[in-house]
Amino acid sequence: MAIEEKRLILKYADQEGYTNDIDCYIKHGGYEALKKGFQMKPEDICQEVLDSGVRGRGGAGFPAGMKWKFLDRKSGKPIYLICNADESEPGTFKDRQIIHKDPHQLIEGMLCSAYAIQAKLAFIYIRGEFFEGYKILERAIEEARAKNFLGDNILGSDYSCDIIVHRGAGAYICGEETGLIESLEGKRANPRIKPPYFPAALGLYQCPTIVNNVETLCDVKHVITMGSKEFANIGTPGNTGTRIWCVSGHVQKPGYYEFPCAGVTLGELIYDVCGGLLPGRKLKAVIPGGSSSKILRADERFKGKKKDGTEFDWGIEDIPMDFDSLSLVGSMSGSGGVIIMDDSTDMVEALANINYFYAHESCGQCTPCREGVPWMKKITTRMCSGGAREEDVDLLKSIADQIEGRTICAFGEAASWPVQSFIAKFKDEFEAKAKEQALLRKQGEDTAKETSLI
Amino acid sequence: MLEIKVTDTVTINVDGELAQVPKGVNVIEAMRVVGKEKEIPHYCYHPKLSVVGNCRMCLVEVGNPMRDRQTGEAILEENGEPKIGWAPKPVIGCATNVSEGMHVRTNTPNLIDCRNGVTEFLLINHPLDCPICDQAGECRLQEFSAEHGRGYSRFKEEKNVKPKRTRLGPRVTLDDERCILCSRCVRFSQEVAKDDVLGFVDRGTYSTLTCYPGKELSNNYSLNTVDICPVGALTSTDFRFKMRVWFLKRTHSICTESSVGANTEIWSREGKIYRITPRRNDAVNDTWMTDSGRGLFKEFESEDRLTSYSVDQVAKSLDDAVVATRALLKAGSVGVIGSAHSSVEEQYLLQKIIKQTDATCEMVQHIGEGDGLLLSEDRTPNLRGAFINGLIKQLPERELGQLKASIEGGSIKTLLVFNQDLEQLGIDLGKLKESIQVIYFGNSKNTTSERAKVIFPSLSVFEKEGTFVNQNFILQKFKQAVLPPVGLMSECGVLKAILHELNNEAPETAMPFMDELWSEISENVEILKSVKWSAIPEEGFALEDASFASMNFVETQNLKYKPNLVSKTV
Ligand SMILES: Cc1cc2nc3c(=O)[nH]c(=O)nc-3n(C[C@H](O)[C@H](O)[C@H](O)COP(=O)(O)O)c2cc1C
Ligand code: SF4
Ligand code: SF4
Ligand code: SF4
Ligand code: FES
Repeated sequence: MAIEEKRLILKYADQEGYTNDIDCYIKHGGYEALKKGFQMKPEDICQEVLDSGVRGRGGAGFPAGMKWKFLDRKSGKPIYLICNADESEPGTFKDRQIIHKDPHQLIEGMLCSAYAIQAKLAFIYIRGEFFEGYKILERAIEEARAKNFLGDNILGSDYSCDIIVHRGAGAYICGEETGLIESLEGKRANPRIKPPYFPAALGLYQCPTIVNNVETLCDVKHVITMGSKEFANIGTPGNTGTRIWCVSGHVQKPGYYEFPCAGVTLGELIYDVCGGLLPGRKLKAVIPGGSSSKILRADERFKGKKKDGTEFDWGIEDIPMDFDSLSLVGSMSGSGGVIIMDDSTDMVEALANINYFYAHESCGQCTPCREGVPWMKKITTRMCSGGAREEDVDLLKSIADQIEGRTICAFGEAASWPVQSFIAKFKDEFEAKAKEQALLRKQGEDTAKETSLI
Repeated sequence: MLEIKVTDTVTINVDGELAQVPKGVNVIEAMRVVGKEKEIPHYCYHPKLSVVGNCRMCLVEVGNPMRDRQTGEAILEENGEPKIGWAPKPVIGCATNVSEGMHVRTNTPNLIDCRNGVTEFLLINHPLDCPICDQAGECRLQEFSAEHGRGYSRFKEEKNVKPKRTRLGPRVTLDDERCILCSRCVRFSQEVAKDDVLGFVDRGTYSTLTCYPGKELSNNYSLNTVDICPVGALTSTDFRFKMRVWFLKRTHSICTESSVGANTEIWSREGKIYRITPRRNDAVNDTWMTDSGRGLFKEFESEDRLTSYSVDQVAKSLDDAVVATRALLKAGSVGVIGSAHSSVEEQYLLQKIIKQTDATCEMVQHIGEGDGLLLSEDRTPNLRGAFINGLIKQLPERELGQLKASIEGGSIKTLLVFNQDLEQLGIDLGKLKESIQVIYFGNSKNTTSERAKVIFPSLSVFEKEGTFVNQNFILQKFKQAVLPPVGLMSECGVLKAILHELNNEAPETAMPFMDELWSEISENVEILKSVKWSAIPEEGFALEDASFASMNFVETQNLKYKPNLVSKTV
């Protein structure tokens, strides 16, 4: 491997002999950040997190320190911290690694964060299917409580905070932060309208609430350990710290790999880190940040100006893997789920698969998403089973455009971006399929290909 | 109907024109004020329910005057106008409150596309059974589809299938395929009826409205869900398939079920009433009414209904009945059992007769359990009117007091009875020491009418016009919806004829009946001073109630009533 990973979050996770119990964690320097943090004033930690520039790893990439600043502290209501461990975005499998292999890192990160925002209670909302992870977290919390890292008067201070692990309700939408909050309150995970229900003001039980991703909260621990300056030295300005890329699809060695932001290009990730494509295959497309991010075509050229005014002209392999670069090329780093597709991929089928997922997961509250997404799914499913029509491609695009930006939550975008980008970049394939099937239908032949959509 | 002082307004810019709108209301309400209601169609928003913003039909573009982040000063355009920072995406009007200087656009190509998009989406899985749907004619989806729909369908796939005829409760039937999942009915049940029985099961496009297992929508407000359902998903089991709404005449009326006096609308055709629905009045009943109040018209369809004037149990003309009444009244020793079911006008005329014949008057109370919402303990619509007219001075009791003693003691010779069944009041006409003559005003046969000397059948509230004074001393008008049974005159007409007969006057006919009567009432009744019949507004007229502050009316707290706690404790 030409390029070495630089692990921060997953530093010990896969080391020989490293176990997920508290003794092993403490032996490796665990809970020192908590002790250091408790010597600091809460507002100073908030400032450190802001200065570190750490951005949310859950999807939107919003600076964590800025989010904390929006907390409504004047209301006098209790403040809650929620760790979003619902990890359901197709292509993403990093939070589970942290929880399984290094749960105390998350707990320490959460307690540092809870102390910083002066939360009275913290929650881990863990995906319902992660039953093993749930048990691990429950055990880890008991261990931490026994050592007074959590519970009443933590480390002899007058600060008390507990963590409650809550198992999710088996739906992707439970990962959307306001849907998560509803679910945590015991209701259907119907996302709330924003405004007025911004979690930082009216979150859990209508109290100010911070929701952060598992990886983001772990980063807070390292910001305290290293100090904001040193943390910000990892990566590039505006894209600080490391990111765990979850690579799946047509590569030799799929898996999770941690690099400093911009520390690796997409080409290096595919060819050096993941051992390249399968024999005899050519790269066709990459979805860089989980299934909802816009697809990139292998033979595209990406040109434009960066924020600092410098120009860039990249092929797909040149794209630096960080927040800003991926948004410059019209997609996003999202949840870090990098899906690689080689030339054996049928783009209509790939999109049909994605549409199937989103149609199944829409909460059904608001009209455009509830009706539009299943419609797109019905069309792409039909296209895969022999009924493709030439007008389908424009219809799909038009439906996606009627959803995007008009829904209650960002699920509307998550479901319409794949359709928009697949069509923008692979329209020819959609049209070819329609033509081919029309011809076959004319000849009275069975047009259906043997595919099974999960 | 929004009670907002003139000073509490803000100036906003709607599609390039300045408009003054009440401060703090949302964009939908603001558009109502400026007469642009049609520009923001909406389904899920309801002024009396919480805002959920799920239909996405009310999208508008808004912008606010920009301010410098550091100095807080307004940023100006070159022409000196404030620079407007437009929101990057359309926002929902139902969850966006107006503020000073806000700009609102309702008709950009993007917004038109938004509304057309939502309309198309709502229709793709919709059964489109308007020809057999009860909501047709008053369906928002139908209406908005005409305006914002394509007119043809791009949907070539199979539609979803959902339950078509679910019994939600004794009075409500649900068609899930027509449901647009706006959640109005769910919110109503939770927030107003406080009977949380409705919810959605399944997810996404399969979301289905239903009752929780083992529960049913049976509370006394269940039919309000039918009223607020924007489509034909929730239908009244009683009204289902009975009549097309566009054939029905609508008449403003008042519910007589209790002293709440809910404002209603009577839907009738060719003399037959088909349904009763609530009419919005924020001071009285918001937009709701009880289920029980909606069925009151059926009582008048009973076989027992009195339909002709009679003397000595023989059908006679009105004149004969009036002449017979005069003779009885002139003989003196008259007792009157008045009624809080009578209108203000009827009570006024009755009071005149009482004065002229030196009669004594009493009333009995009609109470039931209140529900804290829109059914009060006092089950009469016009007890306050009886006080205002001076028919009574004290709150009526469960039973007759002095009057009963007088009847049994023999000092009453003639009894003028409104609605009451004397037997139920413990007076057996056959067992009295000295027989008395009864003049009976009532709707239907009972033991009293069977023994009455003179009978005047009374009309239902739907067959006449008049006013009631509700629990909050609001004078409210009801209008005639259907014609009375052939040959019958309103009680006001009858009472007036009796008065004329008593005074040997010829009836005069210069003014329309009610205007003339009210010109007299307003001269003679202190609290109704200067009220004109034609000037009583649709939403009612709040009367001066200070002189009744010490009365212990039976109502306890309900949606719009706070009992006078000070006097209660005395
Ligand atoms: C449909 C949808 C699903 C989401 N699922 C997840 C998820 O599974 N895990 C997660 O961390 N964030 C998820 N998010 C993002 C959260 O809403 C939220 O932005 C995030 O938890 C904030 O954490 P961060 O600032 O640390 O990234 C999802 C967002 C949307 C719109
Ligand atoms: S966009 Fe989709 S997932 Fe989000 S609230 Fe609307 S229906 Fe639910
Ligand atoms: S709900 Fe409205 S649009 Fe639907 S069938 Fe009934 S009348 Fe037609
Ligand atoms: S039944 Fe009617 S009111 Fe209830 S959610 Fe459906 S459309 Fe809305
Ligand atoms: S009225 Fe339904 S979203 Fe505003």
